[in-house]
Amino acid sequence: MSQPTIEGFGATPLDIRNRRNQKAIRLAFGAMTIMLIVPVVIILALLIARGYPALSWDFFTTHPVDNMTKGGILPALVGTLWLVGVALIASVPLGVAAAIYLSEYASDNFLTRLINLAIINLAGVPSIVHALFGLGAFVLFFEFGTSILAASLTLAVMTLPVVIVSTRETLQAVPQSFRLACWSLGATRWQTIRKVVLPNSISGILTGVILEVSRTVGETAPIMFTGAVFFTPHLPVGVLDQTMAMSLHLYSVSTQVTDVPEALPYGVALSLIGMVIVLNSASIAFRMHLRRTKKW
Amino acid sequence: MKERALQSESSGGLEDRIDAAWIWDRIARVVIFAGGVSAIVLIVAIFVFVANEGLGFALFDLDKGQFFGSPNWRPTTEPEGEFGALALMAGTASVTGLAMLIAVPFSLGAAIYISEFATGRTREILKILIELLAAIPSVVWGFIGLTILNPLIIDMFNVPVGLTVLNAGLILGLMAAPIMTTIAEDALKAVPESYREAAEAMGASRWQVIRQVVLPSAKNGLVAAALLGVGRGFGETMAVLMASGHAVHMPTSPFDSVRALTATIAAELGETAQGSDHYRVLFTLGILLFLVTFVINLLADILVRKGGGKRS
Repeated sequence: MSQPTIEGFGATPLDIRNRRNQKAIRLAFGAMTIMLIVPVVIILALLIARGYPALSWDFFTTHPVDNMTKGGILPALVGTLWLVGVALIASVPLGVAAAIYLSEYASDNFLTRLINLAIINLAGVPSIVHALFGLGAFVLFFEFGTSILAASLTLAVMTLPVVIVSTRETLQAVPQSFRLACWSLGATRWQTIRKVVLPNSISGILTGVILEVSRTVGETAPIMFTGAVFFTPHLPVGVLDQTMAMSLHLYSVSTQVTDVPEALPYGVALSLIGMVIVLNSASIAFRMHLRRTKKW
Repeated sequence: MKERALQSESSGGLEDRIDAAWIWDRIARVVIFAGGVSAIVLIVAIFVFVANEGLGFALFDLDKGQFFGSPNWRPTTEPEGEFGALALMAGTASVTGLAMLIAVPFSLGAAIYISEFATGRTREILKILIELLAAIPSVVWGFIGLTILNPLIIDMFNVPVGLTVLNAGLILGLMAAPIMTTIAEDALKAVPESYREAAEAMGASRWQVIRQVVLPSAKNGLVAAALLGVGRGFGETMAVLMASGHAVHMPTSPFDSVRALTATIAAELGETAQGSDHYRVLFTLGILLFLVTFVINLLADILVRKGGGKRS
């Protein structure tokens, strides 16, 4: 790069030094960002390299055998699907209702501030405290016992903020003019929400739900004492059954079971992280697609 | 109401339909309001159910001096357990402290880079990567500490055990950093572009703009980001349980194994008889965790409200 040469407008030594400093500073911050990402990428590469040999069709379709030192992860996989499914049934309607209230009804008053504080705290309370709550409330007080129902409800409470926050953002992105147009035709508030606001934000809500699924899949502590068990030979058939789960299975095979072949826990970890990354990527891709095709 | 009065003059069929719509509107309002306050109901319920088991014990049966002053956690000794939680608190504090020492500077640096330097595609890709990192489940982080970091620490520092404060702190730092980066970046983004333009118009370099305009304006949001990181580290369970060595011990160096408050509940709750002192003291630890994270979240919220960033 040649410097401007017109007399009096050339780069002074100070300019040149400043420019060099700028470059160094930019580089330093870039390096910090890279150093945050690279170790994790290396770790993930290691997980893939060590876990890949364990993966096979049989791994996903057979039961664990010989004290969980051999065999597959079918019951954990099925159990996780049960837990996520039941948790969604409980949390999505509640979360969407809460988001509709915050976006369409609430004014900026004390109650709204209180609700927002409660949401932040629901998300911030340690997962093990959610586990204590699930044990005290769902397992013992409501007498669901250690069951899929109790574990799923605990997970639903814990991941509720994810649905609320993402749905609220989607609803608030619907232009106010849409609502005004609908109201001016004489529609009630609820008619406006059902016919205009929700149809225009349904895909955004779905993005948040996928994100919630991803969170639910990985949670371990909240289900340890509420419904997930170390080992059960049967697949669950109803919501009052106990079940195995992917996340707890990873904890079990890596800390509780002895004489596990090296590849097995890596295989479980890789499957779990694969599910989470795929779900999150789907959510991100979906969101970017929406942003690109948005009509307003 | 006025709308109804007008409608009542027109034909019967139309009036009925309006009435139905009006009734549905009322019903929806009630149902949605119930959903709206559900978060408050749930957070109160969490406190009530945890306090129900733990508060009575904390107030009447627990030796407070021992709880806060003794490092001896022997909940199963006969005839009465010893419930000194000092070593557990020190364990949590040391791991969280080390994690923040690592995560705070790096996430602040990354947030500055993404918000102030990176543009277009680079920024998009970095943001997506950070979001994906934040999604890795804590049990997988624990597994990484157990299987990858553990032998690495043993080899590098020539120590007998690798499941230590250092291990758990590193894991927790890597876990907390993406979240802190995201929140800090939000805070930096919330500084109006006109501030930067004004400073640049006066001849300030990019670094001068960041240091003297952007960072001071975003101060509250950045402190909130750090606080939320602390809250996250404080409450983390599975990763700390698996990576810290889980030994009741007052840490004196990063190479000591420790045990955290959260991990203690996770490891012992399954073995206790419901209603026993041991069972109830674990709920008391739960109250402590609840209150501390509540205060941290409240402080962060107040800071953000005072200006300098938005929360997601």
